Amino acid sequence: MTSKSKPKVAVWKFASCDGCQLSLLDCEDELLAVTQEIEIAHFPEASRAVMKGPYDLSLVEGSITTPHDAERIHKIRRASKFLITIGACATAGGIQALRNFKDVNEFVSIVYATPAYIDTLQKSTPISDHIKVDFELRGCPIDKMQLVEVISAFLNGRKPNTPAHSTCIECKRRGTVCVMVAQGKMCMGPVTHAGCGALCPSYNRGCYGCFGPQETTNTGSLSAQLKKLGADNDEIVRTFRGFNAYAEPFRKESELHD
Amino acid sequence: MTKKTIKVDYLARVEGEGGLYIKMKDDAVVDVKLKIFEPPRFFEGFLRGRDYQEASDITARICGICPVAYQMSAVHAMENALGIKVDGPLRELRRLLYCGEWIESHTLHIYMLHAPDFLGYPDAIKMAKDHKEIVEQGLKLKKVGNQIVSFLGGREIHPVNVRVGGFYKLFTKQEFEPLIEALKWARDAALETVRWTAQLPFPEFEQDYEFVALHHPEEYPFNEGRIISNKGLDIDCSEYEKHFEEEHVEHSNALHSVLKERGAYFVGPMARYNLNFDQLSPLAQEAALEAGLGKECRNPFKSIIIRSVEVLYACDEALRILQSYEKPELPFVSGEPKEATGFACTEAPRGILYHHYRLDGQGKILDAKIVPPTSQNQKTIEDDLRKFVPQYIQLSQEELTWQCEQAIRNYDPCISCATHFLKLDIERT
Repeated sequence: MTSKSKPKVAVWKFASCDGCQLSLLDCEDELLAVTQEIEIAHFPEASRAVMKGPYDLSLVEGSITTPHDAERIHKIRRASKFLITIGACATAGGIQALRNFKDVNEFVSIVYATPAYIDTLQKSTPISDHIKVDFELRGCPIDKMQLVEVISAFLNGRKPNTPAHSTCIECKRRGTVCVMVAQGKMCMGPVTHAGCGALCPSYNRGCYGCFGPQETTNTGSLSAQLKKLGADNDEIVRTFRGFNAYAEPFRKESELHD
Repeated sequence: MTKKTIKVDYLARVEGEGGLYIKMKDDAVVDVKLKIFEPPRFFEGFLRGRDYQEASDITARICGICPVAYQMSAVHAMENALGIKVDGPLRELRRLLYCGEWIESHTLHIYMLHAPDFLGYPDAIKMAKDHKEIVEQGLKLKKVGNQIVSFLGGREIHPVNVRVGGFYKLFTKQEFEPLIEALKWARDAALETVRWTAQLPFPEFEQDYEFVALHHPEEYPFNEGRIISNKGLDIDCSEYEKHFEEEHVEHSNALHSVLKERGAYFVGPMARYNLNFDQLSPLAQEAALEAGLGKECRNPFKSIIIRSVEVLYACDEALRILQSYEKPELPFVSGEPKEATGFACTEAPRGILYHHYRLDGQGKILDAKIVPPTSQNQKTIEDDLRKFVPQYIQLSQEELTWQCEQAIRNYDPCISCATHFLKLDIERT
């Protein structure tokens, strides 16, 4: 960007743990440099100063779970030139989308003494179910360097470089021995979107799918393999119903075994 | 008769979504509401039916700022249920991971969320224009905390290396070497942080709180201890629900936790400090006294100094652990699932975090109850505002509103945490 006025960036929160927007503050080495290039116009977790829209770039964290939020996201879209969703809540409904497989009223009464005070929707849904989204950055949580890459790409009018292949490829590239083949551990790597650098296998455990489904998944084949390793239907359902349970390929596969 | 209201629709520099509403009549406060509209996520609901090994990864997602705390309370509660005892180097490594989270979370709050209030800036980025070196020091110190969590845990947010019984992967002493070097710098920076925060301007505001924290005779509390208070409470974690209860109020999606006998209470750094001063390392004690804190402190605005003292302690403790570390043979202690109930309390950066699970014979979770620190502090925050506002009523509306926000930020409230829980009666329909 060479223009005199810095591009205005806004950060918005819906139902979430705050972790993905925290990734921005976790860029300890880059934060002050990044804010030389952009104007943080709306970021309540970090600042009490609020600038009015329109915004050049909106980063949206969290899923839609209340009638009020289902309205609010439309206003944000209208005020934003580009809108990017960050993290599994925003891109897939998050862990709170486990309610989508049950009656939410049952959950309300488990947690709250006076359910009438609680205003909630039946389902937790991704932002893209409600508005047009320009780019989805995956992960639970997102990878902070991918976030910096995506911000930089959008502000410079280019496509972000965030590979869409599976976690398996990342394991091969870093030279991690396959935990499923060599140690018989359950692993979602073959169907999970890259982004974390195949972290879990490098810590001696199977991938649990934080980055959601990769572009073209073969979930049926993975289920067959999990069965060979001794998983029953309940375990297969739980495997696919994690932080990206409502992402279509994972949802459909879990329903086949439910 | 004059009526006045203070309203903050969306509180900034706190984690999560909340607002503030104060109503006054003739300079007397008639109503204070810390409004929490963070949408509920029902964790205790969907934990039912999950495997006991999954609780630490699932509950981490309650909070991106203190995931280690959720993982620790979850695994300790499961170990309590299954009779697994983790000690020696594995126990030390858990303390090390907690040190990392305290350093990261506290430093975020000290430099980026709280300090701007004292110096009159809307945020740390604007503050950096005039105080660049200070903000840079804060960011670098925060990074050391994150380095510990991301090395030992796999990543800063939602680490992957924690499991019931210990860890998935262990490291050799040599592999920890870079952390030791970083921590030596961090310990000096933390000491400077204590000195820097001590000279900030503090309003006169002291209250007679009931402080509640873990207490362990030999160490400053992270993972273990009895729950004690300065007003006579001294209980095991398993007795928590006999003494504390949650109230569901209309203006909040988070339940208010109270002591059954005495009402509001105070958890977090200031409570820990007041109840565990003797367990701090000599360096941290000395720095605290030099900063003019005394062994007791009842001014919540000074919590920024206490957080700095705890960061100093965490650096000191992490170095002690790493310098005496020997890699254990096995990464975790095994145990078999069985029908059982487990309880645990650990010290999250913001105070005690209680988990309670009931498991069936296969290790499936039947019930879960989680009480995070912020829901425990909500009532105390409201009480503070009730007393604080009349003292400063002469300020302009804008100044008073900002001061009220600061009074809330004294508690480093994590609204995301507070909303997902609370009352989980073990009643079955």
